Amino acid sequence: MGRLAELAGDEDTGDRCRTFVFQDEGHTLGNALRSIVSRYPEVLFCGYTVPHPAETKMHFRIQVSNGRAIDVLRKGLEDLEKVCDHTSKTFEAAWESYKSEHVA
Amino acid sequence: MEKNSSVHRVILEEYGVPNAAEYSNLQANELWNFEKFKENLKIRVVKESQDGRELEFDLIGCSAALANAFRRILLSEVPTMAIEKVFILNNTSLIQDEVLAHRIGLLPLRADPRLFEYPSNPGNEEEEPSDQDTLRYEMKVTCTWNPQAPKDSRRPDDIYRNNNVYSRDIKWTPIGRQAELYPKGEEQLGMLEGDILVCKMRPGQEIHAFMHAVKGIGKDHAKFSPVSTATYRLLPDIKLTRPVKGEMAELLKNCFSPGVIEIVKNKKNGIENREAKVKDPRYDSCSRNVFRYEDLKDCVQLSRVPDHFIFTVESVGALPPSALFLEAVKILKTKCKTFIEEIDSIE
Repeated sequence: MGRLAELAGDEDTGDRCRTFVFQDEGHTLGNALRSIVSRYPEVLFCGYTVPHPAETKMHFRIQVSNGRAIDVLRKGLEDLEKVCDHTSKTFEAAWESYKSEHVA
Repeated sequence: MEKNSSVHRVILEEYGVPNAAEYSNLQANELWNFEKFKENLKIRVVKESQDGRELEFDLIGCSAALANAFRRILLSEVPTMAIEKVFILNNTSLIQDEVLAHRIGLLPLRADPRLFEYPSNPGNEEEEPSDQDTLRYEMKVTCTWNPQAPKDSRRPDDIYRNNNVYSRDIKWTPIGRQAELYPKGEEQLGMLEGDILVCKMRPGQEIHAFMHAVKGIGKDHAKFSPVSTATYRLLPDIKLTRPVKGEMAELLKNCFSPGVIEIVKNKKNGIENREAKVKDPRYDSCSRNVFRYEDLKDCVQLSRVPDHFIFTVESVGALPPSALFLEAVKILKTKCKTFIEEIDSIE
């Protein structure tokens, strides 16, 4: 626990813009998540950075036109989770069909 | 350059990729739609090597970010077991203790990491290791003169015994309840390869050591990485824009990797005709060798399919590559889950 932190936003934008700090994460999660979140219609900006190579931290920034940035982050994570589930299922099916073809 | 709007291709020209920006993955070209992703994603297993350690499959219809995430996780976040501590009781060989310990640490083990826990409190030297997270090994080798050495022979292998220490000299020893849990312990948990040379000795020298193996990930040390390599590349696509015949066909064939271009022979009006045809662009190295020949330059269009990844996983051997890929997907999913829980705890 405590692997996710939130940097302070500013008054003008309120909840709409946030930078989240992911502890012990890097490009693996950052880029995969960004590739999904940046494709939401309400997202104006989405980017990630690993500010320093010696620190295992990843900064993930989301700016949305309406709604809250944190809700968009949650949606992104949920979508990535669904993507993983589907990839697993598809791979298992592909593996099974390969096995059945090549055992005989 | 002609461009079909429905077919996306990364075009390879003589110098560079003119439409690279379209596929930089930085701009969002399309809105996210999970149903569409589901529809587009296809996986096809292409081949598995004889020994079952190498797997090639096609991952079609996803972003490079996702393919790269799986590759990165395979390399550095899928766990395996490796020797982490070496207790040296006696080492009179020429190789220093720390060098020997390092070499032993790099030896691949057969143990399935899914059967074990991560070490509960790393760094605690005092506590007895638990049978849930530690495997114990022993090595005791002494080099001696061979009393039955053939006369006049000067070969080290003839005149000495145990002059080469191999990984097979390291034996698994059960701790706690492991003896009953793993009745076939040595085959299940022992060394993956028996013929890895650990060190060389001469008569009178001895190595006696105990080892503890734990579960870890490649991020911490490369010895924990479950794969020798995990790579992907984009599927090449080669189109001939005009017929290439005769001598030129032969030249064109030699510009590509073997098996990519074939020469079709046909007889027309009694004259034999040879024409080059694209047979299978899959294993082309995309060397762009054709562009070195002025008269062949404009016959071909080289490109790559931007969302067709040829994924190759080469396992070290503890787990089959198919299991490793599924583990990698599971790890990415666990990451998402962890952070969804984190969001719950923030709010």
